[in-house]
Amino acid sequence: MQIRKPGQVPPPSEITPEAVWLSRREWMARAALAAAAAGLPSWAARRAFAQDAAALPGQPSPAFSVMDKQTSFKDVTTYNNYYEFGVDKGDPAEYAGKLQTRPWTVSIEGEVRRPQVFDIDALLKLAPLEDRVYRLRCVEGWSMVIPWVGYPLSALLKQVEPTGNAKYVEFTTVVQRENMPGVRYPVLEWPYVEGLRLDEAMHPLSLLVFGVYGKVLPNQNGAPLRLAVPWKYGFKSAKSLVSIRLVERQPTSSWMQAAANEYGFYANVNPGVPHPRWSQATERRIGEDGLFTPKRKTLLFNGYADQVASLYQGMDLKANY
Amino acid sequence: MGRPASGERAHVHAAQWSAAAVGRFKPLLFVAGLLPFARWFWLGFNDGLTANPVEFLTRSSGTWTLVCLLVTLSITPLRRLLGQPALVRLRRPCGLFAFFYGSLHFMAWVWWDRGLDPASMLQDVAERPFITVGFAAFVCMAALAATSTRWAMRRMGRRWQVLHRAVYLIGVLAIVHLWWHKAGKHDFQQPLAYGVVLAVLLGWRVVVALRARRAGPEGGGP
Repeated sequence: MQIRKPGQVPPPSEITPEAVWLSRREWMARAALAAAAAGLPSWAARRAFAQDAAALPGQPSPAFSVMDKQTSFKDVTTYNNYYEFGVDKGDPAEYAGKLQTRPWTVSIEGEVRRPQVFDIDALLKLAPLEDRVYRLRCVEGWSMVIPWVGYPLSALLKQVEPTGNAKYVEFTTVVQRENMPGVRYPVLEWPYVEGLRLDEAMHPLSLLVFGVYGKVLPNQNGAPLRLAVPWKYGFKSAKSLVSIRLVERQPTSSWMQAAANEYGFYANVNPGVPHPRWSQATERRIGEDGLFTPKRKTLLFNGYADQVASLYQGMDLKANY
Repeated sequence: MGRPASGERAHVHAAQWSAAAVGRFKPLLFVAGLLPFARWFWLGFNDGLTANPVEFLTRSSGTWTLVCLLVTLSITPLRRLLGQPALVRLRRPCGLFAFFYGSLHFMAWVWWDRGLDPASMLQDVAERPFITVGFAAFVCMAALAATSTRWAMRRMGRRWQVLHRAVYLIGVLAIVHLWWHKAGKHDFQQPLAYGVVLAVLLGWRVVVALRARRAGPEGGGP
């Protein structure tokens, strides 16, 4: 180490230019701010992220939209079932901020001629995005009306060319142990798995969803991509998909695994087939039906009977619940 | 009930509260018991009843029914452990608060869930075990509330105590009701927590009864 004698001036090459010196100060100040901010974000971002989601516009699709009054953005994004973040309806909005949605890939495999791994940004451009207003009926007896942004699942499935053996589609959703406080509890077997018959998955109503209310899907609603199958109970519309597998045999969904007597593979909305613990004849529309309004009647196939009843011709809907 | 304390409990005699002193706590208990009820209004005016107020109020009223019931069941053990028999004066108000929240919980089902339709209520009770046990618990509670007056107590004599032992059954039914409610989500934290409290409160009585039986005929039941 060189010790400087009094009066000795360091050579100009060793003097830090003022601009660099200043920029260092600024950098340090910024770093200190960033460090301070690092303590806050989980708190500050708790609900904020839902509001500042980026825009994701789609072409209006009136042919596939219902005219019912839409449920408010606030209710759609704060009243959720997404058990990986906790079983309370408010848990997903509170804890989903930590979910990592980039990088994100979805592998499409199984009985297909062209298995592929898609990047989320490629998926977003695969087909034109549409704005579709769908009813959502939860198996618990409440419902919403939600303007989704997405395109038909069939557009994606056609890309990978299902083989003749493909009869069903199995959807697997993400597990991020570090970021999902709910997976510590054995509520269900993780990852969450859902399934559709191939003809159900190819039905024009089955939507691959990337956004809601013209914005990128908030994490608690199943970012970065999820299903919307409007004639089935909400749990069939799996969230945060990571793999889609075409298979020959009927997949066992997480809910069938957990309680086969309560949840079947089809889970079509049906007022005539009660859940073992409650009736499905009526429902309460969130945000619209107040404390003094009676519940409204649930419609067969959630009101989509004209479009989908033919899929189940000759089937006993009571046995295939 | 109120038997004279035996010799080995002499140390608790020092500061025994009089019935009048315990009675002075009643207004405080009354206010405390109404706090959950007041909270609903506060939440209602502050956008705090969630996106599904009906579900929130139904569940909240059920929770407070169970809490009041467990508080009621803890009075007798507390009397014995603290050596303060006068605490019995708080037992009836606690039990009536359990019935108050239980009635609201019941009305939530009658009105919001069943739309005041007797046929659909009957069907629900008959077809769904989860509802059946909840309904049974409420009917028992109504019977106990109706016979909670001093007059009924005097008129019924020994039968009053026999009837009011149904409170143990109500506790068990309430836990089963909550258990089945949460079973669908395999979410047993709440029923387990409340269930453990109930098991301790009932287990204590069993232990005391067995000890009394062993001690001979001079020992009474709890």
